[in-house]
Amino acid sequence: PSVAPAEWAPSGPHNGPLARRAGKGPPPRGPQALETSTGAPALVVDPKELPEAGPHQHTKQPYVTGTSVLAFKYKGGVLVASDTLGAYGSTKRYKSVGRVRTVGQGTLVGASGEVSDFQHIMTDLEALDTSDFCYDDGITHGPKEIFSYLCRVMYNRRSKMDPYWNSLVVAGFERGEPFLGTVGILGVHYTNDHVCTGFGNHLARPLFREVDTAQLDEEAAVKLMHDALRVCYYRDKNSINKFTLGKVTAEGASVSEPFTLDTNWNYQRFINPAQFSQGSW
Amino acid sequence: VSGGAEEPRGGFQFDQCRRNASLEARGLQGPRPWSTGTTIAGVVFQGGVVLGADTRSTAGTTVADKNCEKIHYIAPNVWCCGAGTAADTENVTSMIGSQLELHRATTGRGTRVVTALTMLKQHLFKYQGYVSAALVLGGVDFTGPHLFTVYPHGSTDALPFCTMGSGSLNAMAVFEAGYKEGMTEAEAMALVARAIRSGIFNDLGSGSNVDLCVITKEGKTMHRNYETPNPKTYRRPQPVVFPPGTTVVTKSSAATLKDVAVVEGEPGGAG
Repeated sequence: PSVAPAEWAPSGPHNGPLARRAGKGPPPRGPQALETSTGAPALVVDPKELPEAGPHQHTKQPYVTGTSVLAFKYKGGVLVASDTLGAYGSTKRYKSVGRVRTVGQGTLVGASGEVSDFQHIMTDLEALDTSDFCYDDGITHGPKEIFSYLCRVMYNRRSKMDPYWNSLVVAGFERGEPFLGTVGILGVHYTNDHVCTGFGNHLARPLFREVDTAQLDEEAAVKLMHDALRVCYYRDKNSINKFTLGKVTAEGASVSEPFTLDTNWNYQRFINPAQFSQGSW
Repeated sequence: VSGGAEEPRGGFQFDQCRRNASLEARGLQGPRPWSTGTTIAGVVFQGGVVLGADTRSTAGTTVADKNCEKIHYIAPNVWCCGAGTAADTENVTSMIGSQLELHRATTGRGTRVVTALTMLKQHLFKYQGYVSAALVLGGVDFTGPHLFTVYPHGSTDALPFCTMGSGSLNAMAVFEAGYKEGMTEAEAMALVARAIRSGIFNDLGSGSNVDLCVITKEGKTMHRNYETPNPKTYRRPQPVVFPPGTTVVTKSSAATLKDVAVVEGEPGGAG
């Protein structure tokens, strides 16, 4: 036998916060104005009472960050690759962060920048995929639609001065042609045969520009991507030698298991470089 | 500067800095230094050193010199590429070059690369980075080929391959992908030219042509404008001739002056 405790006052539409208050004046403010299911006073925080009270503030800096994402179109599709590091400032804190992920059936999304914002974006994209499944009409979001969606989301957040602190890469197959685009923290976006984020723009894109990547076969494309990843690992301090390579073709999108690349630190001139210049290094 | 004080003994005078800062805060545009906004690179190969540089010199966002020389002479067997403020790189390299010529005369020996390195780094450190010269120093002496980088604050690195300037990342990407030990002179020249081209086409501060300088035990070969990948592809014929009929005449009229009265007198006076 359940007997409701005395303090459980019945509440509902008749006396809840949305109840009509015809003729009763303005609604009360403060903790007592909000009806809670337990009847306990609601927790209401007055921003002006907070110790750091001031103008409303939003994301000012990223905390856990990912470095470059590299991507280019090749003859059979698009390759998107990055390392798997989530750095906390200069600390290599999380070494298994997949920053290239599949969305829906045939789209790859890669992100650099704040990892938590990327995880939130992935939640939203998975919600898009779920709504496709629920509609069950045979139509799914393609890469170009996901790209447009992300462009609008990024620009809108920037316009509210509360950005997603990411640079995103979207790749897929759109109407039988490879598609590749990038959108950044401000909502700046473009599509191209090769895109990179962060350091990759300086280190990898010169290598991509030297060849017509769109005409490479898969083996040559993977070799070029490995060379570019290696250069980024050598010259970007916030990177590790553990990468994932995503590939999207007409059949669909997939991301490889993490792998390591060979590196060479054995140059003769690295041994005793100050041999002829004592006191130098 | 107070009157009657003892003569300044060299180095920079900083007593106008506060006045200059307050003028700039009030909107005065001070003189802007010419910067070389550059890609410079060097590689050690089997038997020598190859130095490379682009040829663009910038003053802010304007290209000041489309074909400047960034590979400077220090000694017959020691050459130096310079990035940073053009005046600083020019003057520092020529000062150290003069000192080394006197040094050769005094000692009666050839110049070693490490001597030039030590003089450069001691000079730049003395000026605490205010002499904005980032250099790639290379040469061959009796101990073998050497390649060094010198930073504006006076630190140095001894490396098998190195790049400096705004296009350094673009050029370094090419080196990291393509360098191998024991290259021949032709392979090294091709690699350095490729690295400078990478800077020229991917960096806005670098452009125009590729200069190379190859230094071996036998001597140096300067390849000025080794590659010119940005030629002028169209020249307008001079003088421009517009044939009669280029502009279609739709209407013409002529007025005879016999109907005009000429009145002489003060301008604006009653006539």
